Amino acid sequence: MADLDAFRSETRAWLEANCPPEMREPVQSEEDVYWGGRRATFKSDAQKAWFEACRDKGYTVPSWPKEYGGAGLSPAEAKVLREEMARISARPPLSSFGIWMLGPALLHFGTEGQKKHFLNQIARGEIRWCQGYSEPGSGSDLVSLQTFGDDQGDHWVVNGQKIWTSYADKADWIFCLVRTDKANKYQGITFMLFDMESAGVSTKPILLISGNSPFCETFFDDVKVPKSYGEGIPAQVGEVNRGWDVAKYLLGHEREMISGADGGARTSAIGAAMKRASGELDPLLRAELAMFDVDALAYAAMGEKFLDEIKVGKAHPAQPNMMKYAGTELNKRRHEMFMAAGGSTALEWDSEETRGGARAREWLRTKANSIEGGTSEVMLNVVAKRILDLPGA
Amino acid sequence: MPLYHNEDQAMLAETAAQFMGEEGAIGKQLRHWRDRECKDGFGHALWKQMAEMGFTGLLVPEADGGLGMGHVEAGIVLEEIGRNLTPSPFLTSSVMAASALAHASDEARGRWLPGLVSGDSVFAVAIDEGAKHRPERIATRAERSGNGFRLTGKKDFVVHGASADMIVVAARTAGADSDEDGVTLFAVPRDAAGLGHNSVRLVDSSMASQLTLDGVELDGDAVIGEVDGGRAVLDKVLDAGRVGAAAEGVGVARGAMDMTVDYLKQRKQFGKLIGEFQSLQHRAAHLYSEVEIARAATIKAQQLLDGGSEHASLMASVAKAKVGKAAGLSVKEGVQMHGGIGMTDEYDIGLYMKRDRALAEFMGDVYYHADRVARLSGY
Ligand SMILES: Cc1cc2nc3c(=O)[nH]c(=O)nc-3n(C[C@H](O)[C@H](O)[C@H](O)COP(=O)(O)OP(=O)(O)OC[C@H]3O[C@@H](n4cnc5c(N)ncnc54)[C@H](O)[C@@H]3O)c2cc1C
Ligand SMILES: Cc1cc2nc3c(=O)[nH]c(=O)nc-3n(C[C@H](O)[C@H](O)[C@H](O)COP(=O)(O)OP(=O)(O)OC[C@H]3O[C@@H](n4cnc5c(N)ncnc54)[C@H](O)[C@@H]3O)c2cc1C
Repeated sequence: MADLDAFRSETRAWLEANCPPEMREPVQSEEDVYWGGRRATFKSDAQKAWFEACRDKGYTVPSWPKEYGGAGLSPAEAKVLREEMARISARPPLSSFGIWMLGPALLHFGTEGQKKHFLNQIARGEIRWCQGYSEPGSGSDLVSLQTFGDDQGDHWVVNGQKIWTSYADKADWIFCLVRTDKANKYQGITFMLFDMESAGVSTKPILLISGNSPFCETFFDDVKVPKSYGEGIPAQVGEVNRGWDVAKYLLGHEREMISGADGGARTSAIGAAMKRASGELDPLLRAELAMFDVDALAYAAMGEKFLDEIKVGKAHPAQPNMMKYAGTELNKRRHEMFMAAGGSTALEWDSEETRGGARAREWLRTKANSIEGGTSEVMLNVVAKRILDLPGA
Repeated sequence: MPLYHNEDQAMLAETAAQFMGEEGAIGKQLRHWRDRECKDGFGHALWKQMAEMGFTGLLVPEADGGLGMGHVEAGIVLEEIGRNLTPSPFLTSSVMAASALAHASDEARGRWLPGLVSGDSVFAVAIDEGAKHRPERIATRAERSGNGFRLTGKKDFVVHGASADMIVVAARTAGADSDEDGVTLFAVPRDAAGLGHNSVRLVDSSMASQLTLDGVELDGDAVIGEVDGGRAVLDKVLDAGRVGAAAEGVGVARGAMDMTVDYLKQRKQFGKLIGEFQSLQHRAAHLYSEVEIARAATIKAQQLLDGGSEHASLMASVAKAKVGKAAGLSVKEGVQMHGGIGMTDEYDIGLYMKRDRALAEFMGDVYYHADRVARLSGY
């Protein structure tokens, strides 16, 4: 405990010295999020300074081991850092699919060579990753995927199409599910890593109902994927044809991330801010906000409990599915409340005062929360089957 | 502090689960006393056994003969009480009255706590003055009389009031009914002259009193805490009651849910186990999610209360409201998914529904606490 108290005061002092005031303001738009990667640019000096300070301290990935670019914090220390960052509303210094999804999978399944190579790149924000899972014919039923990798000895030739690939046009590399054995449904998929600049990879942005276009159709046309990137660095994670295990493990982390369990804006109460913004709240709207805040604050406690338990292996392995379901449904409700409280102002689509219709666009964007990373219905299926042990689910 | 039970707490949970599962089981306690129309609504023998287990004095400081534990531990016992629908005066005595007595004089503690710890005495708390919980408004008057006080007024929903050896009564010594200040808490012994009970049986077979205080004369040392400054103690008693009732509600919710999920795995219709129907699977999974969240909120509130956090009272209301929603859902889905037999007295699922309804009202319902969350948050 005494050690932890010391760590808390050190952390507080470090944050005070290194987190610029601008980085303690709420994220207003996509540009406020730093994703890293080859083509990344900083929006401001403050964003750059904050990212670099965290990178050098290992705080882009605080609980990863130091040799892979993290700070090697214990679960208790990582919680203190999270709490102290939340206390000053510090923004995440670096957001990336590498941190949330690929990293955990590599930590679990990767070779030492892969960890040293790829994890350090992720921690330092050098390579931005995208996720090639979904296909036009394979959404919820992901395991039916058809993109095929033909074994040519020292490389595969990959052909097929992915869809809904978030940031495919901005990413440097892709972690991709590729069928390498057509006869074997579950044990015929390989989890491959390759460069999006490889010949034969092309992307086509898709426009969302929010008017933004953050995801793409991704085409693979005779893409040559080498089987190795150097001594001890195979191109696939886990064994060939055993990528489904890696894919599912990664989905657990993806669902954990989308659930918003780690606190922040997604779990806070909103009623007081709505009142400040609107002056007066209709009584029934106030009542709904109060009910929402109860759910949000209760969910925040659930998030804390879930993260505490997962760190020590106490959480049910299927619990991320429950968290994803609850967290995303809550977030959709949150934005329904924002729209209701905002009235006609919240309808504005491109005015300057609304920062280009941010509220309406964000409201529409949240509708994807219960679809991306596995739909709410699929989450409920998994909870019914794996946690409640219901028959035939 | 991690938001799960540490090793000692996990051990206590096991002990409590085993004890309540055996001694406090529905057939052995709730149905037994209900079918005999017991005047207390619970068994004194079980209360003594709970004392032997160390449960009764969990929250009582060691210096006063208790175990000096916290709300997390009390919540562990309450969750098992809820799961087994065990009728007992634990919540009103060991949680609420104990929280009040923590602020009483040495003399008062010496007078009441030994009986609490030993399970020889039962305690009740009289706060409400109408059908709905409105603790901001206290109209019962306590006027100075000699070197003591004279109490006049009416109290409602005093659970275990008729069985209690002492009732903690919130009364007004100064100011208007809705004033923050001017409230004082009193320890009113059962034999106080002018104290009248109308004992009523509630839907869940528990017994509650409507109290009349018709010029009840008390000595000055019956005061718990400060004269006119009782609101601070009352708030602590209320928070303890909210979090305690939430914990018991979590037990009710989980008990009903487990029963229902089991039933889905046994009952066949259309040539299938009904648990194979996706419409029921999704509802069961949603219920699981709600109950888990309610439980997390409750444990968080317990920890904040034990840590003396300034956010504890807000979280107590969050927990009570969230559990109100989740447990309500659990018993309603429970009865529905049982089909016709869910409506029968023979099946326990209906007993969960009744207990939930009483607990939902106790110390404020979902609407009261959601409103309180809004008020505390500034809207
Ligand atoms: C914003 C956004 C970003 C995304 N980013 C990525 C990405 O980066 N990489 C990637 O690979 N994918 C991504 N996806 C794709 C996402 O994973 C899929 O959309 C999701 O898995 C659902 O698949 P689908 O769209 O084909 O819907 P379908 O599977 O066709 O589902 C249609 C409806 O049927 C329901 N349904 C399906 N099966 C069942 C069942 N068994 N029981 C009950 N109901 C069922 C679903 O719940 C849904 O309501 C993204 C999606 C969105 C919206
Ligand atoms: C007060 C009362 C009075 C009654 N009076 C009469 C009477 O006078 N005469 C008479 O003949 N009957 C009577 N009934 C019986 C009543 O019609 C049945 O209870 C009802 O049809 C449900 O059947 P069950 O109880 O066997 O439930 P079950 O069929 O076992 O259902 C259990 C649960 O499973 C669900 N379920 C079942 N099948 C499916 C499915 N395919 N998909 C999704 N969910 C499913 C149900 O909705 C329910 O939630 C009465 C029942 C009650 C409670």
